[in-house]
Amino acid sequence: MRRSSDDRLFRIVTGIFPMLVLLIAVGIAFELSRQSMLSIRKFGFEFWTGRTWDPVAGVFGGLPFIWGTLYSSLLALILSTPIALGIAIFISELSPRFLRQPLGYLTELLAAIPSIVYGLWGVFVLTPIVRKLELFTPDWLKKVPLFSGPPLGVGMGTAAIILSIMVVPFTSSVAREILKNVPSAQREAAYALGATRWEAIKVAIGYGKTGIIGAIMLGLGRALGETMAVTMVIGNAPVISTSLFKPQYTMAAVIANEFTEAADELYLHALIEIGLLLFIITIFVNALSRLLIWSTQQRRTSVFALTAPEEEPVAA
Amino acid sequence: MSYATRRKIVSKIAEALCALAVLVALVPLAMILFYVITHGASALNWAFFTHTPRPVGEPGGGMANAIVGTLILIGLAGLFAVPIGMICGIHLAEFSGTKFSSVVRFAADVLNGVPSIVVGIFAYGLVVYPIRRFSAVAGGIALGLLMIPIVVRTTEELLRLVPPGLREGALALGASRSRAVFSVIVPAALPGILTGILVALARVAGETAPLLFTSFNNTYWSTNIMQPMASLTVQVFTYAISPYDDWHRQAWAGAFLLVMIILSLSIAARLAVRRLERMNRP
Repeated sequence: MRRSSDDRLFRIVTGIFPMLVLLIAVGIAFELSRQSMLSIRKFGFEFWTGRTWDPVAGVFGGLPFIWGTLYSSLLALILSTPIALGIAIFISELSPRFLRQPLGYLTELLAAIPSIVYGLWGVFVLTPIVRKLELFTPDWLKKVPLFSGPPLGVGMGTAAIILSIMVVPFTSSVAREILKNVPSAQREAAYALGATRWEAIKVAIGYGKTGIIGAIMLGLGRALGETMAVTMVIGNAPVISTSLFKPQYTMAAVIANEFTEAADELYLHALIEIGLLLFIITIFVNALSRLLIWSTQQRRTSVFALTAPEEEPVAA
Repeated sequence: MSYATRRKIVSKIAEALCALAVLVALVPLAMILFYVITHGASALNWAFFTHTPRPVGEPGGGMANAIVGTLILIGLAGLFAVPIGMICGIHLAEFSGTKFSSVVRFAADVLNGVPSIVVGIFAYGLVVYPIRRFSAVAGGIALGLLMIPIVVRTTEELLRLVPPGLREGALALGASRSRAVFSVIVPAALPGILTGILVALARVAGETAPLLFTSFNNTYWSTNIMQPMASLTVQVFTYAISPYDDWHRQAWAGAFLLVMIILSLSIAARLAVRRLERMNRP
């Protein structure tokens, strides 16, 4: 009898700590909305459509930052997705066995380098390179809106390049995990039907499609919230433009730059409201990505329920 | 050209493109490491480790206060995050099948993806705003909040690797569940868990954004955790966006030190994991 009450006590006492984790998630949402009340009340929905950001006049519109965050993340995904998937395919399907671990380790090293170091490298190495490329852009190409603007080096394009480098390891390591979990029967069946190597790989990708979309969304979540490196190279100008050359601004960057300068309550609350929206967007993207990744892995465990022990996905 | 040959050629091209993708990703990695090592190592000197920053225009000075500051901040983060994260991970591993556990697991994974700057705002509202002062404690809590999800998930995963025979043996000897967990199962997984904590510490040591408005910065020597505190990352940021060449050199030196700390922690963790795997092999 004593033992079962012991067990119940153990369960309840250790159960307090998982409650804390849930409390943190709820606490962030609560605290951020509480601290942005002034701005939410004053501007309402116009905060999200307004284009003027004028702290002196007390007028705050967040659209340029939302645009900058979404546009830079989209560009980063366009650049990083083919590379990340190529890496995942190469390491899990094509590479000789002895190269697998070192290559996996090297690509994951990209995720270990701190954001501030990317930023430093971006300011002093990447920006001058981009500026040179911009100077050599022929005039006919500059008429295209995508490539118009002054050759400053800092701007949307540079930010997108840095972001894409930073996102690659997250997408590729999850995609690798997904491909590793595709049953080899899938590939063998393809080979048996006379498929080439690439066609067999396509079958494996098809099988893990949901999980791979999850991996890409995980990368998107990272790109949306990335702060320091972007702040240092994007140029920090609240402008809405499709140009890769023009300096722009992101939600995370405006918080990083202006938070300690916010002199009055309204200014501070406006910045925190931007943080609140960033939180909501990333929670949504991450939750969706996790569900997609989990659903692929659950399917695998149900196929092999009798032979393989249940295994949780590795936290990226 | 026959259909079969064309398919073979397509296959070869696609394979080559995948190999190319690996090379494309390794170029920036090599470039970053190259610049950090060449620029950073040449700017490192003894004064960097022993002096505090000098005012603008005066050459020399170092980051002694920022180095100590970073160590204090990650120490505070560990104190805050490790107990919560570990016990939470133990609960998830022990009661893995319950709905509550899967909700918490999901929450931890989603929290892991919350931008660090948002966590910084949360710590600001929690600690800085009520006492109206930037402090190292606020920075430590911000970093700790970022650590918790990682510690939870690694603890849980490593506990699951402990052979079920150990648990069964303890229970068969009449141990209660808590006894079996704390005296047998956790000690068996402890080296691995400590490795995971090391990795988590390395990750938060490189964070800048959540410190900007929690621990802020400090040009003077300070170990008071209720006062603003310098950190390597914030110091590198301040120097990098300044217009002075001497400060740029110091920023590279700071980045070099950061990368070295993080690389050595993650290599140590990797070696420890490999050794554990070898030990656990029957």
